Amino acid sequence: MSDIPNDLRYTRTHEWLRSLPNGQVEVGITHHAQGALGDLVFVDVPQAGRKVSAGEACAVVESVKAASDIYSPVDGIIVAGNQAIAGAPELVNTDPYKAGWLMRIETKANGAAAGLLSADEYAKMLADESH
Amino acid sequence: MGLKTPLYDSHLKLGAKIVDFGGWDMPLHYGSQIEEHHAVRRGAGMFDVSHMGIVDLHGAGAAQFLRFVLANDVGKLRTPGKGLYSCLLRDDGGVLDDLIVYRMDEEWFRMIVNAGTRAKDLAWLRQKSASYAVRISERDDLAMIAVQGPQARELAASLFPADVRSRLLELAPFVAVELGNVFAGQLELQSCFVARTGYTGEDGFEIAIGAGAAPRLWEQLHALGIVAAGLGARDTLRLEAGYSLYGHELDENHDPLSSGLAWTVAFEPAERDFIGRKALGKALMIQKDEMTGLLLLDRGVLRAQQRVLTSAGSGEITSGTFAPTIGRSIAMARVPRGASGRVQVDVRGKLLAALIIKPLFVHHGQVLISTELLGENP
Repeated sequence: MSDIPNDLRYTRTHEWLRSLPNGQVEVGITHHAQGALGDLVFVDVPQAGRKVSAGEACAVVESVKAASDIYSPVDGIIVAGNQAIAGAPELVNTDPYKAGWLMRIETKANGAAAGLLSADEYAKMLADESH
Repeated sequence: MGLKTPLYDSHLKLGAKIVDFGGWDMPLHYGSQIEEHHAVRRGAGMFDVSHMGIVDLHGAGAAQFLRFVLANDVGKLRTPGKGLYSCLLRDDGGVLDDLIVYRMDEEWFRMIVNAGTRAKDLAWLRQKSASYAVRISERDDLAMIAVQGPQARELAASLFPADVRSRLLELAPFVAVELGNVFAGQLELQSCFVARTGYTGEDGFEIAIGAGAAPRLWEQLHALGIVAAGLGARDTLRLEAGYSLYGHELDENHDPLSSGLAWTVAFEPAERDFIGRKALGKALMIQKDEMTGLLLLDRGVLRAQQRVLTSAGSGEITSGTFAPTIGRSIAMARVPRGASGRVQVDVRGKLLAALIIKPLFVHHGQVLISTELLGENP
């Protein structure tokens, strides 16, 4: 079914989070989320330099169908938005965990942010939702 | 669980994502809505439109009844099979539904109405027809498939024997034919209604057959290379073509004049009395709003219910989307009459620049917006 890499952590709002070697985290939306949204046609790429809190809406992805907020999974400062997806939003559909990343955040909460899910927990949440 | 068309299992087989549409479980897309959209613009696509209502009106008084109950005039339909687009109005001019009615012969008319409104329409038609010699029957024994796109007619017609094929290819736009008992490939159909109409801005057919035969006809059309397309593509295609969607551009609270459909109201001949006529006569004099098209100049996507700020006052988007053929966002909006030029749209608190243009964006594969306009930012 849904592709859920083991080395990432997840939010209940369908973002994924990857710890980078430099201590930053990379954030995107899950394979399940892109599938539910359908073909993406516009991404309001997050602005570098913006301070965000965990759970704060900080980007918008729009599919043909609807607009959807993206929430920061951690407290921190956005250090980069993925400019490649501004011109090619379909990358989020075709490669949600790699080329389709949305933003990188400098955060102190790297390893220990509260409320994040493991791949197994996220998979279980999806299974529960579909029942 | 919602209502299911005879093609429900066919959709599941093709991996459709199913959504609720007016109480019906319908395919939204089969993988990529945008690819399905392009298939219709460039080649051929097909839609299950069996959720729509097919209503037959038989009898010596059918024409007379329709001239009273519809805002457009079936008196214009002089040749057999000819179709007409019309609104069904309340007495106060509010739009109950928009529909196509075909004059199959002197005493038989076939009407295709929207899925979400079919029960309401039928009750209204039955109530208003009491004093007319007309028999009204809902044809829920039929299924309907729309094949659309520049190659759609040629491909669909190829299923039929040579004599039928040439009849189909000679069918004029907005004309329907009932083929009766006919073979489509190996499939014997008891009845087969084919109309050269659609809801995409492309050429094509809408084909109504017995519900039991629908899955096999669908399979045969698919085997010809016609791409299954869902409601998602249907919506972006119709919006590019500038077609109204009931519940968005049209509803009971607005009359056809303020909904971009003045052209469908036949005020002539003056002696024809039809439901809503008096109300529309008054509305003509005080019409405040009109329907227009919008092209988004900034980056983003226009959506229904966003506010439009014009120099003539504020209006509202009725349908908005990303338009795959154009590569930009377009919308239809109800704005104060006379509004023109550049406007602003409130997109989640940000004011984005848009331009008022004619609500006809793409026709037969061609983008109708000038390249200068599309060349402007972003």
